Formats: sequence, C-alpha cells, structure tokens
Amino acid sequence: MAPQLAITLVFFYWPAGQALYQSMLRQDPFGLRSRFVWFANFRKVLADPAYLNSIQVTVVFSLATAIVAMCVALLLAVMAEKAVRGKGLYRTLLIWPYAVAPAIAGMLWLFLFNPSIGSLAYLLRSLGIAWDPLLNGTHAMILLVSAAAWKQISYNFLFFVAGLQAVPKTLIEAAAMDGAGETKRFWTIVFPLLAPTTFFLLVVNTVYALFDTFGIVHAVTGGGPGKTTETLVYKVYNDGFVNLILGDSAAQSVILMAIVIALTAIQFRYVERKVHYG
Amino acid sequence: MIGQSPLRTVIAHAVLILGILIVAFPIYYTFVASTHTLQTILRPPLPLLPGGQLWNNYSEALFGGIGRIGGVSVGQLLLNTTIMALGVAVGKICISILSAYAIVFFRFPLRMTFFWLIFITLMLPVEVRILPTYKVMVDLGMIDTYAGLIIPLIASATATLLFRQFFMTIPGELVEAARVDGAGPWRFFFDILLPLSRTNIAALFVILFIYGWTQYLWPLLVTNSNDMNTIVIALKKMVSFADADTEWHLVMVTAMLAIVPPILVVALMQRWFVRGLVESEK
Repeated sequence: MAPQLAITLVFFYWPAGQALYQSMLRQDPFGLRSRFVWFANFRKVLADPAYLNSIQVTVVFSLATAIVAMCVALLLAVMAEKAVRGKGLYRTLLIWPYAVAPAIAGMLWLFLFNPSIGSLAYLLRSLGIAWDPLLNGTHAMILLVSAAAWKQISYNFLFFVAGLQAVPKTLIEAAAMDGAGETKRFWTIVFPLLAPTTFFLLVVNTVYALFDTFGIVHAVTGGGPGKTTETLVYKVYNDGFVNLILGDSAAQSVILMAIVIALTAIQFRYVERKVHYG
Repeated sequence: MIGQSPLRTVIAHAVLILGILIVAFPIYYTFVASTHTLQTILRPPLPLLPGGQLWNNYSEALFGGIGRIGGVSVGQLLLNTTIMALGVAVGKICISILSAYAIVFFRFPLRMTFFWLIFITLMLPVEVRILPTYKVMVDLGMIDTYAGLIIPLIASATATLLFRQFFMTIPGELVEAARVDGAGPWRFFFDILLPLSRTNIAALFVILFIYGWTQYLWPLLVTNSNDMNTIVIALKKMVSFADADTEWHLVMVTAMLAIVPPILVVALMQRWFVRGLVESEK
C-alpha cells in the first residue's frame, strides 16, 4: 500500500496541485517574477482563437478516428464470426498493430504517403490526385486519422468479437425461424445487443484519440501545416515546452483534466448500467 | 446453428483477407523497404517484394550505421527501451498487487480514503499533466535516469483495480482456512494469492510491456541525452521528410527492430493478452 501511495502522491497529486496553482499565475517574460491572477489565464486561453481552433481539430480528429476504427473493426468482427474456419489465424494476423507504437504507426503511414518518396502517394498522384499531406491541411488530417484508426482496429476487433460471442444463439435462431434475413437479423437483434460494447468502445476510442495520439501528431505533422492538425494535447506540449508560456499551458492542462474526468464519469455510469444488463 | 449460403462464407473470407491486407500492409512494406538499397527507396514506387539487401542493410545498421546517424548504438537503444518496458510492467504489477492486497484483506483507518486517492488517478493519463510532472522530475534530479523514465508511469490505478476485483472474488473461507492453518499475512500472500493470480499477472504483464515499449511523450521529455533515448524517440530523430539526407534503408531497419519485439510478445502470449485486455477493461 505504502509504495503506491507514495508514488501517487509525489508524481500525481503534487503535479496536479502545481498545475492548478500555476494555472492561476502569470510570469513575466523573463520568468523572474510571477503574479497571482486567479482565472485570467483560463479566460485568456478560452478566448484564444488558436485554442478554439485546436478544440475543433481535436473533436474532428477524435470522432473521425473513433468512427473509422470502430466501423472497420465491427465489419471484420462480424465477418470473423461467420468464417468458422481459420478464425484463430485471422485473429492472430489482425492484432499486430496493437503492438506498434503510435509514433511509429504515424511514421510508417507517412513513409507510405509522403509526397517525395511514398509509394502510395506516387500511386495517388498517378491517379491524378494532387496529394500532399505536408502542405494541405485536409490531407494531413486524413493521414493522421488513417494512422490512428489503423492502430486502434485490432483493439476494437477483439472487443467486438467478445461482444458477438455473448449474443445468445437462441435469439438469432428464433429470428431466422420467423423468416428474418441475415441483414435484418443483424440490425434488429445483434446490433442492439452489442450496444454496451459499442458505447464502451466509443469512450475508449475517444480517450485514445485525445491522448495516446500525441506521438502520431508529433511524429507526422508537428501540428502543421499551419495549425490544421494541432490537437489539445499537442498544444499543451507546444505551449509549455516549446513556447514556454507556462501559465497558459497549465490552464490548458486543467481544462484537459476536467474533460477526462467527465469522460470517465460517463464511462463508469455505463459500467454500472451494464452490470444490471447482465 | 443456422445454415448459411456458401457465397456468404466466401464473402466473409474475402472481406477478412482484405482487412488483413490493409492491417498488415504498412508493417510488411516496412520490412520490404528494409531490404532495398537507399536508391531504390528514393525512387518510388517501391517494389512489392523484398529486395536482396537484407543482409547488408541489417549488418550495416546493427554494426555502426544507426550509431552514426543517431549518435547512439542500436544496442543501447534497445537496452533502454527494454529496461523501460520491463520496469514499467514489473514495477506496476508489484506495487499494485501489494496495494490491492492491503485494500482487500486488511482493515485499517482511512482505508477507503486511500482507495479513492488511488482510484482518481485512473482518470488522468500522464499526457494531461506533463508540465507539472516534468517540474517535479527536475526538482528531484531524475532527468535522464531510468528511474525518471519508469516511476511516473507506474503511478496509475488500472492494475490496482484489476487485482482488487480479482481478490474480491476469493472466498472468505479460503482466507479463514489459511488463518486456521497458521499462515501469517505474508505466507498467505505468497503461497495462496500469488499462485492464484498467475494468469492475471501474465495478462497484465503483456499489456503493460506494450504500454511501456510504445511510450512516446514521456521519454521525449525526460531524456535529454541521446544515450537515454528509447528506440521510438531515436527513430523519430532519425527521420526527416523535408531533406534528402535521411538514410531510409537504415531507418526502416530500425523501425523493424522497434516493431518486432512487442509484436512477438503479443503473438506469443496471445491467449493471456486477449483475456487480460477484454477482462481488465470491463
């Protein structure tokens, strides 16, 4: 007990407290004096167009990543349920990306799609698409979402497979007897029963897209071109360690903590519901 | 079981194979790239089959090539990353199994307060509090040390919660029986709890090993000197898409070296990994 408490206190509560305190300080440009300014930093951050932009970027990025990753994974999981033979082999081959670091995933995708030497970029260009993720913000975003979603597919896949196996076979057979076709069976029976899994994955994927993808952003685009791919976590890092605006960075940290706490609270209410669900 | 038409089975297999192609392609292509010469890589499109430079590239990279670009030998990088991944995995399992043991089996004042103190940390990943945590590290003089890389990542509650859930399923009779037979708290812990939680430990180990291996932001901040870099960070430093100086064939070899160990761990321990993943997150 004692060791974990000590580590938690030193590396968690102390920094969190400092973040709160620092978020209310403002330093002079030379870092010599700091003044206590209450919530001025929060007001400043929230009124900053760059911050609002990065909120927008983050929302787009997280939702796109979560939706793409989950749709692909669900499709693959449903197909894997059908394919009785070779299921284990498919699973083995599909869980690889989980082990790849986000930053490396980003670099691999950039290697494939970068305008000068990427082979797939070459393919796109020969199809007549002016592809350039280093200059075009939309393209950069597409690249990030693909890399982030790619890495998350295996995780979602495992959960959907587990969820599908929990759907009672008797229900499906009853529906088949009543004459429901395969598509109809899926949408009216299997999909609603999967709802808890889907919802859980939605939260997990959003959290993943919010935080674990810092590596991808940093390695692939560095927030650029312009600020089109600057997510919230990247901005905290950038303001704090590159631009050294400590108060702003701390205020952003506190806002992020609030977001995570909200998301986790949602998740736990769901977990409780699921217990009743059986 | 409902019969299904052969056509649909064929479609299912086709979709799965397509999915695997998409999922595996980036990794496969990295391997292909690591077996070609620099000139071939710089002139897209790259062939789909491995080239003949496998031996040359890997020996060049392993014996000095990577060291020449990054300033650190690849052995050092892999060593750092392994120490970090193992340290995070082992450290987290040790402290969380101990605190779960204390929370579940002992009654002491403020027990629930402590539990909540730990539980709240579940919600906040390192990423949201990087700057203050970094400052603490500087104050404690832990920049560029293994301890600095590992310890802050240990402070998280997921593993504690998992062990707690598992310990709560252990019947009270077992605890009573051990006590009647004269087993003290330590003996009970080592002779009964540890053997019972073996599968949980294995599952957690895989997940945490991957977690430690793939860390990016934290090693980036805490290590200033090249000697302490993890392989992921070193890889990022080696790559520059803007200029033509990047020695891609060596970069790709490094990428393979960074990808393969965690993939091996996942593939070899798949059974525990899948179980642990699906169970721990419920």
